[in-house]
Amino acid sequence: MKKLINRQPGRVGAWALGLLPFVLLLIVYMVASDARLTENPNDKLLPALGSFVDAIQRMAFEPSKRSGDYLLLNDTLASLQRLGIGVAISALVALVVGIGNGTIPYIRSTLSPLVTGLSLVPPMAILPVLFIIFGLGELAKVMLIIIGITPFLIRDLQQRALEIPEEQIIKLQTLGANTWQIITRLVWPQLMPRLIGAVRLSLGPAWLFLIAAEAIAATEGLGYRIFLVRRYLAMDVILPYVVWITLLAFAIDFLLRRYSQWRYPWFHQQAH
Amino acid sequence: MAIIEMKNLWKEYGDQVVLERLNATVQEGEFVTIVGASGCGKTSFLKLLLGTEQASRGELLLDGQPLPGEPDDSRGIVFQRYSVLNHLTALENVMLGGELQHSPWLGFSFGKRRKQLQKDALAMLESVGLSHAVDKYPHELSGGMQQRLALAQALIKKPRILLLDEPFGALDPGIRADMHKLVLSLWKEQRLTVFMITHDINEGFYLGTRLWVFDKPRLDPQAPGAYGARVTYDLPVGDCESGTLTNINRSVGNTSRVLHDIL
Repeated sequence: MKKLINRQPGRVGAWALGLLPFVLLLIVYMVASDARLTENPNDKLLPALGSFVDAIQRMAFEPSKRSGDYLLLNDTLASLQRLGIGVAISALVALVVGIGNGTIPYIRSTLSPLVTGLSLVPPMAILPVLFIIFGLGELAKVMLIIIGITPFLIRDLQQRALEIPEEQIIKLQTLGANTWQIITRLVWPQLMPRLIGAVRLSLGPAWLFLIAAEAIAATEGLGYRIFLVRRYLAMDVILPYVVWITLLAFAIDFLLRRYSQWRYPWFHQQAH
Repeated sequence: MAIIEMKNLWKEYGDQVVLERLNATVQEGEFVTIVGASGCGKTSFLKLLLGTEQASRGELLLDGQPLPGEPDDSRGIVFQRYSVLNHLTALENVMLGGELQHSPWLGFSFGKRRKQLQKDALAMLESVGLSHAVDKYPHELSGGMQQRLALAQALIKKPRILLLDEPFGALDPGIRADMHKLVLSLWKEQRLTVFMITHDINEGFYLGTRLWVFDKPRLDPQAPGAYGARVTYDLPVGDCESGTLTNINRSVGNTSRVLHDIL
């Protein structure tokens, strides 16, 4: 018999093995929930699956009794808007500063120490400062995302720009390129797929900052709702919301990856 | 008139002398192959010609004028690796030179000019034998095809001199022979002036009209950087005495052994 490290699961086997932990978790949850509910039918900690269906029905498909809005839809749109604006502005700033830092030594000498310093400031620690400066409106929440992920994006893109082979930069000069053309025809196109990769990595922190900001000061949003219903121990709402956020995060990541593969085949197909 | 002149050219890094007292004149249309042990200044010399580094002493003239201190379109280059841009197709790679020239701000061309550049690029690709691969990205091409593409990309700018930095070092022997044929035919057709660095002394003897051997005539094993390399042989290729190749091989081999032992 072959050693364990040389044995591979088949296609079906791999899928089945991948699903197994999810199924097990679900079973463990159902058993535990059942046990608690037989003891105390009013227990709120581990609601039965039926309660989730009711909660989802209430939050997603029925207008709120108080405002007449569909709460899940409203919360989702509000959160995605903040996330989208925050990440888009961060990506744009990172692209400009990252290209400048990575390509032009005079800009790098000026800005690189500042970026390194800023990236070490814990964003959550200055959240109160943001609320004081930008008020409790949308701006403060978007700013938290921007401050949280932009330094990382800049540093990553700067590094990627510095990794562009010297040969290619010389080559472009021998083809008559000026500095600006080296940026538009070499550095920028080379960095775009890398920017998408860096944004995918930064989406985790971006969600973290978004939910933290919404938890503290907001009137709608996924993070706001979770922290609101926490007061009533409404696990039947919190858990579906968490799963929904996870699904959204997965979908965004998937779309970015697919877009990058479609738009930049040369980047994904070459051996790295 | 001489296209390249070197007058008492030195290159030093601190107290390490890399090249010393280089004097030579190269006429338009010559094909100079440069051989020598690693660490004997071949690459430094190429960097001087490219303009990425400056001489410490002496003069290096292109058409009687001091060589520009940074790379520009008077000199074309093909490296061993990374010579073509991997985010552009073969056709876009060859069109790039023209696009950069005609559009200083965007670096992209449109309409009639684009059509013209495309036509020129297709003709150039055909002359290097790549007309079947115009829409492929470099990673879809073999190593030999990538170097053909790099030649096309450099030659479409009609540079005053073409620099080749071990362009065929990573290729299989059969492919290398094809590339030699291609380079020789392009050189004859377009009346190019070529400087080619190679590790392979036989290649240096076979290609081109003139062979330079970079070697250290004075070599102190205790201080290998104390004396620089010079051009120890400057031979018209194809008409030298038998035994010369053996001598060069022995001398270059000794130098490289001494340098290597130290490193």
